[in-house]
Amino acid sequence: MFLNQFLLFAALLFCIGVYGVLTRKNGVLILMSIELILNAVNINLVAFGAFNGTIAGQVFALFVIAVAAAEVGVGLAIVLLIYRNRRSIDVSEADLLQG
Amino acid sequence: MPIFAAEVANTFEMNSWFFDNAWLIPALMAASFVVTLFFGKRLGAKAHVIGVGAVAASFVLALLTAYSWISQVEGYDGGAENAVVATELAAGDEFAAEDVTSHNVEGGGAATPAPVVTSVCWFDTGDAPNNNCDDRGAAKAVGIGTLIDGQSVMMLVVVTFISLLVHVFSTDYVSGDRRYTHYFAFLSLFTASMLFMVLASSTLQLIVGWELVGVCSFVLIGHWWEEKPNSDAAMKAFLTNRVGDIGLLIGVSILFVTAGNTFDIQTINNAALTGVISQNSLLVASLALMAAVMSKSGQFILHTWLPDAMAGPTPVSALIHAATMVVAGIYMIGRLYPVFWEGLSIAGSNLNAMALIGGITTVGGGLLAFVQRDIKKVLAYSTVSQLGYMVMALGVGAWTAAMFHLFTHAIFKACLFLGAGSVSHSVHSFDMKNDMGGLRKYMPKTFITFMIATGALIGLPPLAGFWSKDEILAGAGVWSGTGGNGTYYIPFIFGLITAGLTAAYMTRTIWLVFFGQYRGNGTPHESGPRITIPLSILAGLAVVVGFLNVPEELPLIGSRFGLKFQNWFEPGGGTVFPVIAHAKPSFSLAIVATGIGLISIFTVWTYYQRLYAKDSRATEVTGGIRDRSALARAGHTVLVEKYYLDHLYTGVIAGSTKGWLARSAYWVNQNIIDNVINYTGKGAAATGRFLYRYIDQGAIDGTVNGTGLTALSVGGILRRMQSGKVRQYATLMFGAATVLAAIFIIAV
Amino acid sequence: MSARVLAQEMTNTEEWVASGVFYVIALVALVAAVRMVTTNNVVHAALDLLVVLASVAAVYILLGAEFAAATQLLVYVGAVMVLMLFGVMLTRAQIGAEEDLNHEQRWIGGLVAVVLFAVMAYSLVEAFEDDVLPADRAVQRTQEVSDAIFSTYIVPFEALSLLLLAALIGAVVVARRD
Repeated sequence: MFLNQFLLFAALLFCIGVYGVLTRKNGVLILMSIELILNAVNINLVAFGAFNGTIAGQVFALFVIAVAAAEVGVGLAIVLLIYRNRRSIDVSEADLLQG
Repeated sequence: MPIFAAEVANTFEMNSWFFDNAWLIPALMAASFVVTLFFGKRLGAKAHVIGVGAVAASFVLALLTAYSWISQVEGYDGGAENAVVATELAAGDEFAAEDVTSHNVEGGGAATPAPVVTSVCWFDTGDAPNNNCDDRGAAKAVGIGTLIDGQSVMMLVVVTFISLLVHVFSTDYVSGDRRYTHYFAFLSLFTASMLFMVLASSTLQLIVGWELVGVCSFVLIGHWWEEKPNSDAAMKAFLTNRVGDIGLLIGVSILFVTAGNTFDIQTINNAALTGVISQNSLLVASLALMAAVMSKSGQFILHTWLPDAMAGPTPVSALIHAATMVVAGIYMIGRLYPVFWEGLSIAGSNLNAMALIGGITTVGGGLLAFVQRDIKKVLAYSTVSQLGYMVMALGVGAWTAAMFHLFTHAIFKACLFLGAGSVSHSVHSFDMKNDMGGLRKYMPKTFITFMIATGALIGLPPLAGFWSKDEILAGAGVWSGTGGNGTYYIPFIFGLITAGLTAAYMTRTIWLVFFGQYRGNGTPHESGPRITIPLSILAGLAVVVGFLNVPEELPLIGSRFGLKFQNWFEPGGGTVFPVIAHAKPSFSLAIVATGIGLISIFTVWTYYQRLYAKDSRATEVTGGIRDRSALARAGHTVLVEKYYLDHLYTGVIAGSTKGWLARSAYWVNQNIIDNVINYTGKGAAATGRFLYRYIDQGAIDGTVNGTGLTALSVGGILRRMQSGKVRQYATLMFGAATVLAAIFIIAV
Repeated sequence: MSARVLAQEMTNTEEWVASGVFYVIALVALVAAVRMVTTNNVVHAALDLLVVLASVAAVYILLGAEFAAATQLLVYVGAVMVLMLFGVMLTRAQIGAEEDLNHEQRWIGGLVAVVLFAVMAYSLVEAFEDDVLPADRAVQRTQEVSDAIFSTYIVPFEALSLLLLAALIGAVVVARRD
């Protein structure tokens, strides 16, 4: 199998994830898209690990999975908080950053 | 012979069980912390039972460990004879013989047995064969374990004992507090941390314990954080300690690298003494570590947090000052003594920097204690002063004297703090001038115990402080016939001055609190048994513990009980240690030192007696600054009867000597030291302003303005990007990243 | 992927089968991913994500990373998806189609994604050309993973456990009702 078939697959997933992050309004959907991005990265790590014959790729993929779990937890908590305060999770309404 | 062998073997086995399982002592307290935190609320007002039970168990274990150690020391007659015992045993019981060899014979001819190190693999950093900790030399693996020797055994007993009494005391003192369980949970953790630090066998472990102690003190000082000053004080304590912690990290790192990639305390000590570590590295490392000691143990100039830390509950102050927090620094010096001793010796003189730091602290702290109104602050400055004494002793090579003073000080200072707690519990204030006075009649038990502890602090024979203080003074080696490690005039003089100062300010405190007429509101009452019993125990011990290390020359008891402390707890076989000064006791020196104390007491005593004779509700405030002339007249005792005549005169001299000194010391403390910190901050702010005004506003903005129209139009475009919409920012970020990546690909 | 290399390297039938399986999985995953970012139904999106995640686990198995695949299933498909669905429910999303899930200016996002992919694809093809995974690559056993994690990577591992703890506490603090 080619290394590139995995890398290109990952790149496609990554870009789909980016598209999701950029176009979605719903906070939960944005989180899901971020998961796509993280998974794309993981595929790269594992593929390079297999390519180089080292265990490091897989180990770091595991670390990324754990970090992603933490990210989802905190991210959802934030989304919940936004929902509770604004009765909506439309992130385009959350524009308090506007100066 | 077999019976004898079995008996001996049995003792050794039992002893070694306590040594190998000493980790149980901090583990018990840590478990108590967890249990109290999670289940304490259910117990409600009985939440303390877990903590008290755990600390009592720890105390028993610590006592048994100490007993085992002492029995081992007493039964130990040097390596040669022990080897004989070992061979005898080998004939009878092979299993026991193994124990004996592993624990005792290593010392080889020393007076006390070798320290017992028990350690397990904490973590290894990879590449160690089979992933185990067996090859410690490879520095890939870091062990965690306990180091049992005289010093740690002594501290185990002190910490658990004081903590036990503080726990009991607290059940009454903080009863009804809204964070009762929280309080006891952290009291347990505090004790556990200190015990962990005391038992540390590696410097890494030492850091962990050290930081844990810092965190716990932060939590407990800020226990009543709803009031701003309390949380400020907690923050100040924590931040000041952080300053020192940086030093600790640097010092430990340097030692790790220079001693051959090891955290092991004994290896480091060996390396420091045998010249493996270069003198320069030692100097830097010990200076960095000294910064840590100065912050933790309240040495000048990092002592400022200590008096503020009085904002915490009084039992916590007792724990901090007597057993857990501030003595951590002293303990670390004792632990890494070769490093400090070799590193801080000032080249070209026989003086050690530790002696200077300690000397300045001990006098500075003593002077500051005069101008305090708050009873706890007097005690706090007194602790600063006494800690200075210990550091000074370490600086003149009197290791044993320093540790002995730590030991006795823990007991009488705990008694003083708990006594202050008892007083404030009854009058609901710490202000000696407004809310106290005449309490002798209302609180007789507190009064008696406080008096005994004060006597011990001042160093009146035969109370505890007398023996330890005398040993330090003798250790300076100035007085003829004391010998010692050398002759240290400056520390000796500082020591004598402090002896006088201590006597004077403590007498003042006693008068303000217990004599005269009650100045507060309501009627004070004696505290309950859970407060007075710990007080009585501590006061009783303050009388007797001094006899643990009386000179052997002392008539009657000296030959039987003399120098027990030294024999039991001094480092011995298997450890390399600098020469510890064993000064010969001097009868005349003891008389002089005590005399200075007595003169101070007498002066202050007379002063207050006359003052109260005139107006029984008076405090020293009435006459303004001249009335604060107590110490100055220490030099004028022969002129006491001229008191009324020369009131103004003495006042002026006093005002320009002691009053001025104390005030200026206090002023330095409040203004200069605090200001240095303030101005550092202000300096940073000014630099920031300068940068903003001239560099940013002037140069950069000028350039930007210079581009004029371009900037304006670009700004107009950019303005639309500042929409505050997260999605838009994300789009820009990804877009920009893409563009940059494309440029990168094309360019490379 | 030139025909020359295909003929030269892909002699092994197993590799052919594996490659075929990969393309099927990849197709499923990509379709599900595209549906996920375009659908108007939040619950459907979550289920699509499930398919993607499971496919990724299958890809891990193809690459010989057993433990990563198992973890992917346990953590992502098991825990994270449940969390996501919780999130969907707690924020009272409609079960069913829903208008107004996307921004008006979708084309910007699409443009960024496409350009990004173009850049990445170009550089990947340029860099790795026809590199082939070693045919004799061994399956990376779980034991090797654990040996690596608990020796070489012990410090990152510890840091990670702290991070998880912090995230746990943080999530509770942020989400609880006062």
